[in-house]
Amino acid sequence: MGWNRKVLRVNLTAGTCTPEPLNMAWANDYLGSRGLASKYLVEEIDPKVDPLSPDNKMIMSTGPLTGTMASTGGRYTVVTKGALTNAIACSNSGGFFGAEMKFAGWDMIIFEGRSPRPVYLYVENDKAELRDATQLWGKTCWETEAAIKKSHQDPLIRVSSIGAAGENQVLFACIVNDLHRAAGRSGVGAVMGSKNLKAVALRGTRGFSGIKDFPAFLAATTAAKKVLAENAVTGQGLPKYGTQVLMNVINEIGALPTRNHRDVQFEEAGRISAEAMHEKRPTDGRTHLVSNAACFGCTIACGRISRIDETHFSVRNSPQYWGASGGLEYEAAWALGAANGVGDLEALQYANLLCNEHGMDPISFGATVGAAMELYDLGILSSEQIGLDARFGSAEALCKLAEMTARGEGFGRELGQGSARMCAKYGRPELSMSVKSQEFPAYDSRGIQGMGLTYATSNRGACHLRSYTVASEVLGIPVKTDPLVTEGKAELVKAFQDATGVFDAAGICVFTSFAWTLADVQPQVQAACDGDWSMDKLNEVGERIWNLERQFNLAAGFTAADDDLPPRLKTEAARTGPAKGLVNGIDKMRPEYYKVRGWDANGVPEKATLERLGL
Amino acid sequence: MRLTLKLYATLSDYLPAGARNNQVSLEVAESATVAEVLHPLALPPRLTHLVLVNGSFVPPEERPRRRLAEGDVLAVWPPIAGG
Repeated sequence: MGWNRKVLRVNLTAGTCTPEPLNMAWANDYLGSRGLASKYLVEEIDPKVDPLSPDNKMIMSTGPLTGTMASTGGRYTVVTKGALTNAIACSNSGGFFGAEMKFAGWDMIIFEGRSPRPVYLYVENDKAELRDATQLWGKTCWETEAAIKKSHQDPLIRVSSIGAAGENQVLFACIVNDLHRAAGRSGVGAVMGSKNLKAVALRGTRGFSGIKDFPAFLAATTAAKKVLAENAVTGQGLPKYGTQVLMNVINEIGALPTRNHRDVQFEEAGRISAEAMHEKRPTDGRTHLVSNAACFGCTIACGRISRIDETHFSVRNSPQYWGASGGLEYEAAWALGAANGVGDLEALQYANLLCNEHGMDPISFGATVGAAMELYDLGILSSEQIGLDARFGSAEALCKLAEMTARGEGFGRELGQGSARMCAKYGRPELSMSVKSQEFPAYDSRGIQGMGLTYATSNRGACHLRSYTVASEVLGIPVKTDPLVTEGKAELVKAFQDATGVFDAAGICVFTSFAWTLADVQPQVQAACDGDWSMDKLNEVGERIWNLERQFNLAAGFTAADDDLPPRLKTEAARTGPAKGLVNGIDKMRPEYYKVRGWDANGVPEKATLERLGL
Repeated sequence: MRLTLKLYATLSDYLPAGARNNQVSLEVAESATVAEVLHPLALPPRLTHLVLVNGSFVPPEERPRRRLAEGDVLAVWPPIAGG
């Protein structure tokens, strides 16, 4: 059956934990995780609700393949109305937390209301209770996880928690599990903090059962793992170099946003690349990279475990950071590095450690620092206002601003509002490199045209993980397309958006899509879940999820005007590289995309589209 | 003529002597093609995936006839991805 068919509803206002059956009719339409939790959210909250009010809800959800032997089946999602974006948010995390939820017998946990005092949820199989977290409030994600394990005398408990960023409602606060995996984007950690919920601690000892056709599932998952192992990307490239292998190639094609998107190539990209992580440092003779790492059930193992240079100025007097820890991944290395013009790998690792420790999204944090550095460069912000010399390229400023933002000190409080609110406050809203108030990830849409449409139409604000057309436009997966043209990108983006929805809803990692197509996923879902899960049905599920999210955002007040890019990307041409002279063609692609989607000229789904999808 | 050759990720092992930071300056025959420059390096065909000249992709079928010019940057990656 794939699902446990059981939901835990936690009313934080009343302090109650109540089991209820999973709505199987909805599971049949939305599969699980991102899709199913979004359906619950849409049905249960007013789309216009203040994200930080008790009336917002936050759902932690697994998919039917989470916790199974399907490769990468360890994913869980956090679905809520995003604090940063005011749009529907779905942040996806790996690690081991999602699988533990399944092992404890649950598919989903719905949090509603607001606790009168700090609490954490403790779940041990059927037992679920809210416990006092007064002593944990103020502690880091790392300290919280250790304290909960110690308190219960159980090192096998899996913990998701917020740090000071979530408590202080930094609008890009994330929820950290297993020390360095995170439901990272859209400010889901701020929502959790607004509910006075410090952590969720899970212990499941039931294992996993209920696969519909176990021999077929064994055959399907084994065949799919073989595909991953034999693929050069998932079998060799990602385990050895991780995601950061992209740094040099994205720079080479002229699509590496640099200094708040002023430039598209970073002269020090090589110093912060995956290849640099493998080089021995002159100071201690060690490589930055210690090992790769895998999340639950993953046969790719792209994660990075690294060790910072103990002599670096950022940690010289802070031995607590000297051990091996998570990072750097491509997105974090870009946002903390190229986006600010910082080419100091150790400084990036330190800022990344602070993001993991205190629960901040390094993409939005780094990009917001980039916007602040531009305001400083233009003389709009002074060193007195910021509290330091915040020039582009300053590793010292990056590290100090990470500390200030995590702790809510000085100008860090303004950074913690994200670039859109900060730039608006200082009269230059156009300098926020964001869509729906969420900062761009690491691809410049002047050099990769399809990503402009991806960002503009992403239901959770600017994001690469809603439609990773980089795979096709740059990397040739599954087929190579031209990154510099707009033709055909509407169809490409829709195809990626719908397929990604299925991967997310199933509870597997979207990185499998570098080797798998839906045809590899389908036999696994079909064998695990009751009902018919044909290719046609999965494609329809993906499209249904996308349109459901869209409807939420329209009801929340978003319009076609929000499906747009900052003026810089439409008027300031790339100055170097293959895209030199080009801006993004979003105004051409957007109407084509609406048409392909079956939406009207205002981006509203046509009646026929909704009826076809049963919405 | 001289050009810059860059090899990344698992192809780093195939860089000629004298390479630093994944790149090396090469003297090649005038108007040499992409395929002619890559041939002596004996890169595994399966790993010769993304071939870029000055950042622009050169499809496999064009590599034998795409001529290079003085100062060009030829960069090659195996199949990679991330995000």
